[in-house]
Amino acid sequence: MPMDNAQQVPARLPGIRPQGGVPAIPNSLVFVGRSVATLWGNGKARVGLTILAFFFVVAIFAPLLAPHSPTASNFPPYLNPDSRNWFGTTGNGQDVFSQMVYGTRVSMLVGLGAGLLATVVALAIGLVAGFRPGIVDDVLSFTTNLALVLPGLPLMIVLATYLKSNSVWMILLVIGFTGWATGARVMRSQAATLRTRDFVLAATLSGEKLFRIVFREILPNMVSLAAASFFGAATAAVIAASSLEFLGLGNPNTVSWGSILYWAENDNALLTGQWILVLIPGLAIALLALSFIFINFGIDALSNPRLRER
Amino acid sequence: MGYFTRKVTLFLGTLWAAVTLNFAIPRLMPGSPVQATLARLAASGQVVTNATRRAIEIQLGLPHASILSQYFQYLVNIVQLHFGMTYSLQDESVKQAVAAAAPWTLVLVGTTTVIAFVAGTLLGVVAGWRRQSRMDSAVTVGSTFFSAFPPFWFGLLLLYFLGFKEQLFPLTGGYSAGATPHLTLSFLLDAAYHSVLPATTLVITSLAGWVLGMRNNMINTLGEDYVVFAEGNGLKSRTIALLYVARNALLPNVTSFGLALGTVIGGSVLVESIFGYPGIGSLLLQAVNNRDYPLMQAIFLMITVSMLVTIFLVDLLYGVLDPRVRQ
Repeated sequence: MPMDNAQQVPARLPGIRPQGGVPAIPNSLVFVGRSVATLWGNGKARVGLTILAFFFVVAIFAPLLAPHSPTASNFPPYLNPDSRNWFGTTGNGQDVFSQMVYGTRVSMLVGLGAGLLATVVALAIGLVAGFRPGIVDDVLSFTTNLALVLPGLPLMIVLATYLKSNSVWMILLVIGFTGWATGARVMRSQAATLRTRDFVLAATLSGEKLFRIVFREILPNMVSLAAASFFGAATAAVIAASSLEFLGLGNPNTVSWGSILYWAENDNALLTGQWILVLIPGLAIALLALSFIFINFGIDALSNPRLRER
Repeated sequence: MGYFTRKVTLFLGTLWAAVTLNFAIPRLMPGSPVQATLARLAASGQVVTNATRRAIEIQLGLPHASILSQYFQYLVNIVQLHFGMTYSLQDESVKQAVAAAAPWTLVLVGTTTVIAFVAGTLLGVVAGWRRQSRMDSAVTVGSTFFSAFPPFWFGLLLLYFLGFKEQLFPLTGGYSAGATPHLTLSFLLDAAYHSVLPATTLVITSLAGWVLGMRNNMINTLGEDYVVFAEGNGLKSRTIALLYVARNALLPNVTSFGLALGTVIGGSVLVESIFGYPGIGSLLLQAVNNRDYPLMQAIFLMITVSMLVTIFLVDLLYGVLDPRVRQ
């Protein structure tokens, strides 16, 4: 099944350009296209990619999709859903549907941004630890294990409480810098195995610099791990961000799914019968997290043939 | 070094690092807790004098001493279980507040972790054994779906539909208003009744880790040669699945215990506060909302240390269960 695309894009060793000139399409683009095409063959990953694409479209075209301003108090407060305000209005008379549409931007930014940050940190630590056995590896592995056993959400809450700023970027940084440990551990063992392989030895003997070996020989072999680590971290980030925002540790005036939940709780929406204010944002958070998890199922199935569906 | 010596050394090292991190975090942050407290006092309309500042500094254990002597004092205080006074709770020391809340969380998190482990592992066995069946899809997709829920949000929904609408369960608290905590059957039943919704929330949102882990282990183990051999010998499929495969697949799942515990503890912080449950999570959020730094630090330290100890014990147990890792 993943072989379907083999005809269109001939498989070749990463980093080696095809004979006879420069390819028409940059290598990286071909690579991304090929990865998505391969993932598309997996049923669960297809569901995940579809949901993710939907949220991407909503985030990009938010100004066109939202019927009203997400912040202006244009309506009577505490309205129940009707034909004008599909999800009702907040205690400040803001349209919740428009808030949901615009909130997609912040939630995607934090989820993907924190996921990316965590993956970059994990890659850096994993590669260095895997490539420098001895004291460097010992110190980095110890740090990784420490970060792994620190309770995630309580640590984020403590950090966010100490930091004065409560912007979206603060939330992103806090989540990114606390969520790298799982990925780093996996990547360290992969890098340590790859280091002893013959093709790396060949590269070393032919006089390639360490920097080049790491980026041209090792890194391409860690892509599926990095992707899995990215979507795993992004899943945790989406849920953690909503928790921090729900607690009011983010900026409650930034329109995001978590802050809609924060205001719903503040206005006692459940007791006044406005349960839709709680249901909808949570459902969106769950769907986004679910799309990341499903994409990860696809990546898992590709890298572990025993899990592959027939 | 033997397996156990190595584990003990690693545990002590990690413990020291975690304790030191707890010391370092507030001191690395911009601004000081003293300033934050003073700002809060000023905002509430109180007059801040030099004497007030001095009092808070002493209370927070941040006198104008060198960082090394502060660190030494901090270590001594921890060994003596001396965590200072809270300033959000009236006339209570941090130790008293934490000691009153800890048993609630211990019971809630402990019970839910065990239930989730047993239920999730069983479901994982079935899903892995009957792979590609409808049962497998239902179990895998279902538990994954619930794991994508923010636990506090799922708790809110349960609270609304089962507590508020149907009035099947109490809306808030760890026991009925007016009751005093004591060890009688009626009180324990009351407390159990109050903990049904928070426990359900934590079990359902943390189930997926066990299910997927066990399912993967089952599938990997089902590919082993001895399974083919057993099939060739004509053993029943159920016998192979339960007596041969599940027992061996269970072992690696034990190592996920530490991480799973982290998920449950993280989830319990917000879930407790949603349900007004009198545990450590509610106390932590109370400390956060009041910027009660001594209380917050002590709770974070306690959560971290209890996680470290649990993971350490699981590691030791694993060394006993699987002699291969000792080499």
